[in-house]
Amino acid sequence: MTIPGIIGGLFLVLGAAFLLLAGLGLVRMPDLFNRIQAGTKATTLGTLLTLAGAACLRPEWTLKLLLIGLFILLTNPISSQVLARAAHRTGAAKSEKTTVDRLVDDTEERP
Amino acid sequence: MVDILIYIATALTGTGILLALYRFLKGPSPADRVVAFDTLTLMTVTLIVIIALAEGRGIYLDVAVVYALLSFLGVIAVARYLERGF
Amino acid sequence: MTRVPAIALLFATLLLFWLFLNGSLAGDVLVVGIVAALFIAILFRGGRSILSGFHFTPRTIFAALGYLVFFLAELIKSNLHIARVVLTPSLPITPAIVKVRTRLQSPMGRLLLANSITLTPGTLTVEIDGEWLYIHWVNAEATDIDAATAQIVAGFEKYLEVMYG
Repeated sequence: MTIPGIIGGLFLVLGAAFLLLAGLGLVRMPDLFNRIQAGTKATTLGTLLTLAGAACLRPEWTLKLLLIGLFILLTNPISSQVLARAAHRTGAAKSEKTTVDRLVDDTEERP
Repeated sequence: MVDILIYIATALTGTGILLALYRFLKGPSPADRVVAFDTLTLMTVTLIVIIALAEGRGIYLDVAVVYALLSFLGVIAVARYLERGF
Repeated sequence: MTRVPAIALLFATLLLFWLFLNGSLAGDVLVVGIVAALFIAILFRGGRSILSGFHFTPRTIFAALGYLVFFLAELIKSNLHIARVVLTPSLPITPAIVKVRTRLQSPMGRLLLANSITLTPGTLTVEIDGEWLYIHWVNAEATDIDAATAQIVAGFEKYLEVMYG
């Protein structure tokens, strides 16, 4: 039992807890855009924390884990944005709690 | 001690996967399913890393790299299809 | 060395990626990496890399470090915010799609800004149209352009403006 081992294990659990929250957010959020928000943010931090934990447990894997982390940090927001844009352009349903939609206002102005 | 923490992490990730799977099956729109799929992918990447730790095999990390790469391309492709396809 | 040719940047990024993936500096790995990175860099010399438009000066490198620290802090805040929303039984959200404006000119700067916005508390970039960004906001605190810009964009723009200015 080592100190880096315990810290790494705790990082793993914390990261996995955020992944659980991501799943919960997907189920609970009322519309697509809010689901994307919960999904993207919580999985990004969750995965990064797990990778950090793995790097504490296995220092010799650090470079490869860093690569996975960087890749996820750069690509995960992009795929969410592309998806949100596609959904908005095809008129995805929005929750009735939504107060303003400037994008709809602007696209209606210039047909 | 570390083993127990790894088990807890696996259980938490597994529950997250079940919740995302519920959204994947329920939908209702195709875009909702893609969001669920994207989330599932990252959870699976994490699970692969945890399995690599539990088994002590670094070669599994390569699987995680390729999986993250392919799913990114997959989501982009499906989003493009949703935008122009039908 | 403030202006590095794009092809050299692409080559360096690719080679670094290859070395990270292999995790070793053995002779054969290095040779294969250099040949492959050079080939791809020549093939895609017109393409963009994360460092396109980045000027290497001490000032921009400090700005990049500051940006990284600020970004990680925002990412953690963002997750605590989502966790609080999701775990509250009444689901307290007031979503809106707001419009903000950026002063950034370079495409890479705008890409990083959009990505950063997506990972910060409650905001998601939906569409970019020139200098205008449309942001989905889980708990919209302001819906007019100036107030939303000050809240969402200003923090990151300060660093990105130096880095890609």
